[in-house]
Amino acid sequence: MGVKLLLDKANVPEIRGYEVYRREGGYRSVEKALKEMNPESIVEEVKKSGLRGRGGAGFPTGMKWSFIAKPEGVPRHLVCNADESEPGTFKDRYLMEFLPHLLLEGLIVSSFALGANDTYIYIRGEYAWITDILEEAINEAKANGWLGKNILGTGFECNIYVHRGAGAYICGEETALIESLEGKRGNPRIKPPFPAIQGVWQRPTVVNNVETLAAIVPIINMGGEEYAKIGIGRSTGTKLISACGNINKPGVYEIDMTISVEEFIYSDEYCGGIKGGKQLKACIPGGSSVPILPANLLLKTATGETRYMNYESLSDGGFATGSMLGSGGFIVLDEDQCIVKNTLTLARFYRHESCGQCSPCREGTGWMEKILHKIEHGHGTIADIDLLWDIQRKIEGNTICPLGDAAAWPVAAAIRHFRDEFEWHINNPVLSQTSNFGLQHYADPIHVPA
Amino acid sequence: MSEQNLFKVTIDNITIDVPAGTTVLQAARLIGGQVAPPAMCFYSKLEGSGGKCRTCLVEVSKGSEKDPRPMPKLVASCRTTVMDGMEVKNITSEKVLDARAGVVEFLLLNHPLDCPICDQAGECHLQDLSFEHGKAETRYEFQRRTFEKHDLGKNIQLHMTRCILCYRCVFTADQLTNKRVHGILDRGDHAEIATHIEKSLDNEFIGNVIDVCPVGALTDKTFRFKNRVWFLKPMDAHRDCPTCSGRVTLWNRGDEVYRVTARKDQWGEIEDTPDGKPGWICNTCRFDKKATSDWTIEGPREISRQSVIAQGHYAGNIGTTKPNETFKAVNDGRTPHLLMDIHDESEVNQPNIHLGQIQGPSHGDTFNTNNTHKA
Repeated sequence: MGVKLLLDKANVPEIRGYEVYRREGGYRSVEKALKEMNPESIVEEVKKSGLRGRGGAGFPTGMKWSFIAKPEGVPRHLVCNADESEPGTFKDRYLMEFLPHLLLEGLIVSSFALGANDTYIYIRGEYAWITDILEEAINEAKANGWLGKNILGTGFECNIYVHRGAGAYICGEETALIESLEGKRGNPRIKPPFPAIQGVWQRPTVVNNVETLAAIVPIINMGGEEYAKIGIGRSTGTKLISACGNINKPGVYEIDMTISVEEFIYSDEYCGGIKGGKQLKACIPGGSSVPILPANLLLKTATGETRYMNYESLSDGGFATGSMLGSGGFIVLDEDQCIVKNTLTLARFYRHESCGQCSPCREGTGWMEKILHKIEHGHGTIADIDLLWDIQRKIEGNTICPLGDAAAWPVAAAIRHFRDEFEWHINNPVLSQTSNFGLQHYADPIHVPA
Repeated sequence: MSEQNLFKVTIDNITIDVPAGTTVLQAARLIGGQVAPPAMCFYSKLEGSGGKCRTCLVEVSKGSEKDPRPMPKLVASCRTTVMDGMEVKNITSEKVLDARAGVVEFLLLNHPLDCPICDQAGECHLQDLSFEHGKAETRYEFQRRTFEKHDLGKNIQLHMTRCILCYRCVFTADQLTNKRVHGILDRGDHAEIATHIEKSLDNEFIGNVIDVCPVGALTDKTFRFKNRVWFLKPMDAHRDCPTCSGRVTLWNRGDEVYRVTARKDQWGEIEDTPDGKPGWICNTCRFDKKATSDWTIEGPREISRQSVIAQGHYAGNIGTTKPNETFKAVNDGRTPHLLMDIHDESEVNQPNIHLGQIQGPSHGDTFNTNNTHKA
């Protein structure tokens, strides 16, 4: 059983309510932070902890906080990014649904560290019932003096507002989120200026993921150095992984980033193996936008080493033979899954969610979807594969926000690792409509040059 | 400008000193020529424009004197400000040309190739861009996105099928006029410029959206299908207008004023008036004053843009001279063997008839061999 810092109390009955949460040691970090620490020392503690943003990019949180501009007389804001829309990722939902006070606790401490008095939770529109849970938790916290004016008699004021989005994936991008929060169309802004200088209403703003902010609580409680001892290398602390797909036990798991991918998939403590005793074919380890990996490259790196569930190990080999931990949306595909169909599904999603602001993403995502649709339905040609490759290459890196990259990577990885499946689809237009390419060689051990 | 505020920036190996805060694109425009990246969405007179079309991507091979690291990605030159000692590669970078070709292909994916019937043809930025950076054939084999045409008031027509979503008109409507009723609906490749539920745009300055449109999506209904721009003769003119500066370009044929636009510079942007304000013109000047007698004509307008409209007007005056590299010159005095001389077959466009000297619209009669109307 690994270390649990966030979900250790998740199974306590009635933990969602304030009474039980407080009895189980909740809000201790707020007491410690506001009474014994000052904003600088909290930022220092977070830097020491080595916490990395849990929203996908993995940028060190302490460093992000230290970038915030502090002009005289201008309010600063903290925004919690709860617009969890990445297909395959549902860890924040679990956290907010069952431990709403943990998020609030993290938010109060973080607001204090950043000097933010008005803090926003931007929650995706589809999480309507969680909005209610959060609102209720905020009311409870307010009634018990954890929010509002003069918290714990320290003179610190903190208000938390929940803002419901309208269900757009693009609003998970921090500048689009800010635009949407301001009441505008959710188009990503052109950076610079970064939100740390000009964010919500042109004021310095930090946008953090739900899990990142929740992780602030154990960091304050146990100290940054202790937190950094958990995990390995630059992947410190614990990470929530939302596992789904063809596995026996889909769900949200908290891991300490030292376990191997193989253990995570096959151990009964976590995913519990592939459903129906089938073979593992491929896996998208970090939410839909990270590159898909075939079974052999997923369990072992290209140099033959065991792959672990952490930032460094999963991205070992770059995009040629590796992937990313991303936001922790772990999607497992068994031998009966068709990679072409899977790629088409993802491409359709990105086409639908592109904001349409910059041309490569707006036009490219639609084009890729149409070509993939053609291949999937047996009308493709071999030249289409090269065309897809060329399109994704011209989208990646040339767009305003990372949605273009997120749309290009899955297609690129699918072609890179599963080109023969695409070719089979094209060469067998009739057969591919009724049967499947199957596992083929995707689980065979790869040759490691000495 | 003091010495400290000047930044040295090198674009395609040409160094120039520009004031701090200048964007890479504007610095490149100061150098001019091919060094200036194309821009479809950036419009210097509109606040917040730019960064969207991605045609102006450049490679920053050296960030600045202090931080010489190159930027990891190509950046939009219209929204990147220069740093002291910055080195930028535009047409000298393979990466940039490749990405730009990609962007042009993306922009043309859903753009109808209806240039032969489009009013913008000849002065269209997308036409110029695809001529310079595009390919002759398309790799797109699917149905293009189409929209119904909409009338935005009695004088402007919106044809979304041609739109490249540069947002220029949205910024114009937002910044020049008081009431905002004009924006983007939907998202992705089905996004469209729209007024909320078929509203008309009625504002004294709304006609300027036609001038800022880089393609033929917004057209002047008083000019639609009346004439091709290259047959018209641009004239600088002004009138005493109570609402705007009244400084315009008239597009004439013979004595007839076919259309009125604001004066545009070589980047296709509206010129400033002598007092330094952008020379937006009002709807009355643009749509209603269509008689020569309404205007005081200053003289021929020099079109300095590299485009079809720059061809053939007032030869000599604007540097469009007869090329020296004739067939005879490059073929060591030999004349080419023509399979067919078009003038033997057709009576139209005979070399002895000077188009510039024809008064009014030309007809078949003008070119009849029996006609005495010859130079």
